[in-house]
Amino acid sequence: MTIEELERIRTEARQILAERGERFLPDGELKPPRPGEVRVVLRNCGQIDPKRIEEYIAKEGYFALHKILNMTPEQVIDETKRSGLRGRGGAGFPAGQKWFFARQALASRPAPADGAPPAYLICNGDEGDPGAFMDRAVLEGDPHSVLEGMAIAAYAMGATQGYVYVRAEYPVAVEHLQTALPQARRLGLLGKNIFGKGFDFDVDIRIGAGAFVCGEETALIDSIEGRRGEPRPRPPFPAVSGLWGRPTSVNNVETLANVPQIFLKGADWFAGMGTEKSKGTKTFAIAGKVKNAGLIEVPMGITMREIIYDIGGGILNKKEFKAAQTGGPLGGCLPAKYLDTPIDFESLVAAGSLMGSGGLIVLDENDCMVDVARFFMDFTQDESCGKCPPCWLGTKRLLEILTRITRAEGTEKDLETLEYLTQNISTASLCALGQGSVNPVVTTMRHFRDEYEAHVRDKFCSSGVCKGMFHYEILADTCNGCGACRLKCPDKVIKGAKKAVHEIDQANCIVCGDCYKACKFAAIAIRPRPTPKSKLPECG
Amino acid sequence: MTILAINGKKIEAAGGTILDVARANGIHIPTLCHHAALAPQGACRLCLVEVKGMRVLQPACTYPISEGMDVQTDSPKVRTARKFVLELLLSDHPKDCMTCETCGHCELQDLIYEYGVKETPFVGDRHLFPPDERDPFILRDMEKCIRCRRCIRACDEIQAVNALTMMNRGFRAKVATAFDTRMQDSNCIFCGQCVSVCPTGALTEKDSHGKGRDWQTTKVATTCPYCGVGCNFDLNVRDGKVVKVTSAWNAPANKGALCVKGRFGWQFLHHPDRLTTPLMKTSFWKEIKGTEGAPSPYKGFVETDWDTALDAAAGRLSAVRSADGPDALAILTSAKCTNEENYLMQKLARKEIGTNNIDHCARL
Ligand SMILES: Cc1cc2nc3c(=O)[nH]c(=O)nc-3n(C[C@H](O)[C@H](O)[C@H](O)COP(=O)(O)O)c2cc1C
Ligand code: SF4
Ligand code: SF4
Ligand code: SF4
Ligand code: SF4
Ligand code: SF4
Ligand code: SF4
Ligand code: FES
Repeated sequence: MTIEELERIRTEARQILAERGERFLPDGELKPPRPGEVRVVLRNCGQIDPKRIEEYIAKEGYFALHKILNMTPEQVIDETKRSGLRGRGGAGFPAGQKWFFARQALASRPAPADGAPPAYLICNGDEGDPGAFMDRAVLEGDPHSVLEGMAIAAYAMGATQGYVYVRAEYPVAVEHLQTALPQARRLGLLGKNIFGKGFDFDVDIRIGAGAFVCGEETALIDSIEGRRGEPRPRPPFPAVSGLWGRPTSVNNVETLANVPQIFLKGADWFAGMGTEKSKGTKTFAIAGKVKNAGLIEVPMGITMREIIYDIGGGILNKKEFKAAQTGGPLGGCLPAKYLDTPIDFESLVAAGSLMGSGGLIVLDENDCMVDVARFFMDFTQDESCGKCPPCWLGTKRLLEILTRITRAEGTEKDLETLEYLTQNISTASLCALGQGSVNPVVTTMRHFRDEYEAHVRDKFCSSGVCKGMFHYEILADTCNGCGACRLKCPDKVIKGAKKAVHEIDQANCIVCGDCYKACKFAAIAIRPRPTPKSKLPECG
Repeated sequence: MTILAINGKKIEAAGGTILDVARANGIHIPTLCHHAALAPQGACRLCLVEVKGMRVLQPACTYPISEGMDVQTDSPKVRTARKFVLELLLSDHPKDCMTCETCGHCELQDLIYEYGVKETPFVGDRHLFPPDERDPFILRDMEKCIRCRRCIRACDEIQAVNALTMMNRGFRAKVATAFDTRMQDSNCIFCGQCVSVCPTGALTEKDSHGKGRDWQTTKVATTCPYCGVGCNFDLNVRDGKVVKVTSAWNAPANKGALCVKGRFGWQFLHHPDRLTTPLMKTSFWKEIKGTEGAPSPYKGFVETDWDTALDAAAGRLSAVRSADGPDALAILTSAKCTNEENYLMQKLARKEIGTNNIDHCARL
């Protein structure tokens, strides 16, 4: 491949794109940027055919790779450092710095005698957070941007072999990668002597079996080596001793997809977006009680309020915002007072949460914070690799207590035990899964202590979630007797004449909540039961 | 040389982990998943220490020392974390030390004692696996397993068999063979390395159950009679009877490892059928002694003593040699003999008998 040839392919393919109206997906599926969005990593998704390398080339694809091959690896590292690019996989580690460490470790060691690759570059596409699909969108919609990013990173750190680790639950992503790889090899954009510059780099796919913990880089390396994925203590860091004991850099899909753009448009352009310490954009998967859920890409430093209200369209059904859960199962729940906090790595950590990979779940007044904590703990306990007792056993005890509290069996002592558990699990666990597993509990206890206390003292769930811990009452001074609730009630236990205040026959009410949802006048309230029902049978 | 501080004391060391250096300097750090014969893995978190500048506690067993490092091995923070881990482990453990085979040499029991964990603050599910008695030699009582994975590593690193692995995740994670079969149906060769490294009563020597606690037995060092490798081990003897075989980790030939015969094949010692005196064919006895001889429990054999038996054998060999020449005799030795014994046999053949008819079962 030469630059002239690449330019020729670009010209031809631009023609095709222009004829197709600069789009690939049909109207319904093509999601144009919403106001406030800035698309860097998602720029080509939906615009180009991900199964045709020419269309990626039409979008300046692989021009960055050509450009950096005229630079030294050190220059590539410096430029990346200058751009301020930080890892999008969760921890926010500076990407350039990571390649620098790997390069340094490589220089201090002899190459393998058997001709095996001296160093590895791994793209982490495990994306195990429930509800996260940012990396999937990039792998499915623009696989070549990830491969080009990998090649640039590999050149910078000194790797000759790369792996994309992608979960088996993403068959389309796998298929698109499987199509992309031979195309890139055929054009000489992967393989030996790329662009005639003496740089060798090839990529293979490794498919994960869907363990959340295999997204943790040391567990991921175990998994590629064919073993059960379990995190290892650091040091040694993967940069020093990673895959097959060689210097290895593990980078997230989104991190890598940013890289070609940084070299096309310059580090200054990238550093011009975002906050002082968090540059560029971030994709978020917004979900929960928000009007326009879905995938967005916004500049770092945007506030939660802008994301939820301006881009997300606000809370569903005119309900009240209660909290935003960011960072996935290891992140935290932030209440309304953080709505104007800029979203960047440091601010979120300072608030007790995480950027994580970019999950953002909006919770409203009908979400019980104890139950939210229990939900995430259930996930984390299930996904704990089982190596260190603070995590595999500690999260089990946390889950048991949270379950008791949401079943009206909690005690004041349980709250103390929760605190004792969270403090120690976070300092004694081996990896970030265990250390972070407590965040949903810690943040909900910090910001919604009153809910925990109401659950254990009054056996009352004010959000109307925990079964047996509340009932519905019709407020006599608000009810206008419209009768909507009466018509909805499946058990016909609401009495009331037209235009007269209605009443629920509590003895026969099954607390299904249909009336609560049906009332348009906020005349039905969630209230403590006179005698809380405890020891409910397990269900759902 | 690296200079670091442990508990405020300046220490110089060439390298290694915090645990290595602490132990070399007489500083106690508790461990549970660590075993000197196995690669460290930092799983159990008992060896956690405070390293100045680090956000979370670090495992001493894997953390390499570095210049200027400042380590606290017994601070309140460290002790709290260790006690916490022990409380957790105790909340998933049957508290039946009284009848437990390992009581007295159980590392979990020792730590629970050291940290004074009388009660666990945690109530919740506990694993309830019935003791697995389906296998010969090894009894698996997985309720007592603390998931330290020493057994898995021993099977991998010492024996290279890899019969054991972890299965499932979270609270359901457990040590198992492939497809969770009994050990007999896996590729296990019953070397018992896993048993010898298990810190608790989860893996024990089945045939030794109830026969004597660690402190009730005396260890008698000996060499395995089964083969020429010459593994050293200790017969654990109680009231004149062998009840178990263990091997010291510094044993010169085998470094603590044994095979199924050496570790588990000791019951023959006290078997009523075991031969304790030489036997001679009744006809042969009659031929050389002219009498009936002392009856033995074995039909066609009489009991005798070593001198008589050896004299008789030597006499017969000499007779053959005088009658038909040295090459009428041949000696076949065994791979089970030591090198020294094999050497002596060839000397007997070549020098005393005068024949080159000497061979060995391993040279097929
Ligand atoms: C439990 C756990 C799960 C993780 N899952 C992912 C994941 O799915 N994708 C990812 O890129 N990073 C994940 N990470 C972070 C990785 O360990 C690693 O930091 C990241 O891949 C580095 O890439 P980056 O520097 O580009 O962010 C996970 C970490 C933990 C502790
Ligand atoms: S913290 Fe959890 S996931 Fe991480 S090593 Fe420990 S048990 Fe495994
Ligand atoms: S909660 Fe359900 S059963 Fe009870 S009054 Fe309302 S609609 Fe009827
Ligand atoms: S729906 Fe609301 S306002 Fe209408 S009758 Fe029922 S409680 Fe009253
Ligand atoms: S394994 Fe140890 S702690 Fe457990 S019952 Fe046996 S002796 Fe006690
Ligand atoms: S007895 Fe030996 S082969 Fe069998 S599981 Fe234990 S260590 Fe492995
Ligand atoms: S069986 Fe023993 S050695 Fe194996 S993990 Fe359990 S406690 Fe550790
Ligand atoms: S002994 Fe160090 S973690 Fe187990």
